[in-house]
Amino acid sequence: MSTMLAIKELRSYYGQVQALHGLELSIREGAVTTLLGANGAGKTTTIRAVCNMVRSTGSIEFEGKSLMGRSTESIVQYGIAHVPQGRGTFTTMTVEENLQLGAITRKDTKAISSDIEKMYAYFPVLKQRHTQQAGTLSGGEQQMLAVARALMLRPRLMLLDEPSFGLAPLIVRDLFGILKKINLEDKVTILVVEQNAQLALELAETAFVIETGRIVMSGNAKEIANNEDIRKSYLGY
Amino acid sequence: MELFINQVLAGISTGAIYACMALAVVMIYQAIDHLNFAQGEMAMFSTFIAYQLLQWGIPYWWTFPLTLIISFAGGIAIERALFKPLGNAPVLVHVAGFIALFAILNSVAGLTWDWTIKQFPTPFGNAPFLGSQLISTHQAGMIGITFILLILLFVFFRFTRVGLAMRAAAALPESAKLVGINVSWMIALGWGMASGIGAIAGILIAPVVFLEPNMMGGVLVYGFASAVLGGLTSPFGAVMGGFLVGVFENLVGTYIPGVGNELKLPIALALIITVLVLRPGGLFGRTFVQRV
Repeated sequence: MSTMLAIKELRSYYGQVQALHGLELSIREGAVTTLLGANGAGKTTTIRAVCNMVRSTGSIEFEGKSLMGRSTESIVQYGIAHVPQGRGTFTTMTVEENLQLGAITRKDTKAISSDIEKMYAYFPVLKQRHTQQAGTLSGGEQQMLAVARALMLRPRLMLLDEPSFGLAPLIVRDLFGILKKINLEDKVTILVVEQNAQLALELAETAFVIETGRIVMSGNAKEIANNEDIRKSYLGY
Repeated sequence: MELFINQVLAGISTGAIYACMALAVVMIYQAIDHLNFAQGEMAMFSTFIAYQLLQWGIPYWWTFPLTLIISFAGGIAIERALFKPLGNAPVLVHVAGFIALFAILNSVAGLTWDWTIKQFPTPFGNAPFLGSQLISTHQAGMIGITFILLILLFVFFRFTRVGLAMRAAAALPESAKLVGINVSWMIALGWGMASGIGAIAGILIAPVVFLEPNMMGGVLVYGFASAVLGGLTSPFGAVMGGFLVGVFENLVGTYIPGVGNELKLPIALALIITVLVLRPGGLFGRTFVQRV
């Protein structure tokens, strides 16, 4: 399988503060990759850098095309969907409007309605609440809406920022099950950033571990999960 | 009873002025999440452009769309030149920008067209409407156009993709960018549309209050009040707010002794404060529920 996203020598800054120090990461097409690390290690910064939401230098290539210096909204047009931390729900709009917004860059209006139906099949609870204001959904439902909204783009690559955050363990399991299904059936390549290492390692094929803005370890997810030393020193379980 | 009906009718006809302006206020609020204090002056300036075109001998029904197009482009130009560079500056900086724009437009209009009061023509005529002395055909036409605008705006925001994108860009710019919306141009488009609606309001109001650089002073305050009363998120609420403020102002002036013309404004504003205390979203605005 070919490399879909290649990040090299990535340095990112918040004002004067440097958050990433020459980060290197690559994602294979069709795979689920996870980026693990503690609070403040630079996980969120990494995927924000991919969408040019933080000032960065280095190189980020998506299918051979450089993403550096492109606007966030034009990067979306490459088929990169980003589910941000805090879910980015349009809380004052209805569930269905949120889904339509996910497909706002698409021109094929007919296919959009059928895709909305498909999302309702994936997440039946969204169908029950499709006219409801999105801000009234529970945390888990909002996370499902965020994933569904991202899928409405028909993305080639989906970036998820801590999808398990604040959710009950059972709901997290459901959600990760759906992510696996999306990866297998819809052929969406996924990069999931997580603190919940155990679950993320079950889902992913490849894992990267980040510490203070650098990748300190990478490899096969199962091997990392089975290596007690790594688990204890980096993943904390 | 006849006095009451007459006063209600008179209130509706002044209310149409407020409603028109309130629509422009709601439009800009939807696009930038602030009130634009220069909105009235922009509308006044557009009206002067229409006046100039008429002076040059261009027929009314050519002047009207031409003024709309010029105002739309002008609104976009103002946003690009003045407010885009301000970017994410604090709200107060934007407010300073609005006030600067207010002063500039007011002075330039005065300098170019002088400060004397001018007649502005109406396409509807000034005959009594359906035999009523209180509503003229112009005012009836104005109410009609306000409702047509309202319907167009409603359809735009509710059923078109651009309208949806615009609402998203105003509500949550960062998330809007992540779904691929060009937030910066949505804001510019909002400015253009608000400026265009302001132009319509100005052209309709000018035959009633006469054309001069300060014609919008009072009207804009009432327009803000109507928009807030009806709900800043709802074009329908803004129009209803406009009529309510107009009617209420008239009834209070007539029936409460000692109020008369001078105290109409403070009493109307007191009503608005009362409504806002009881229903902060406005009478017709959606109240948004937020989980914490």
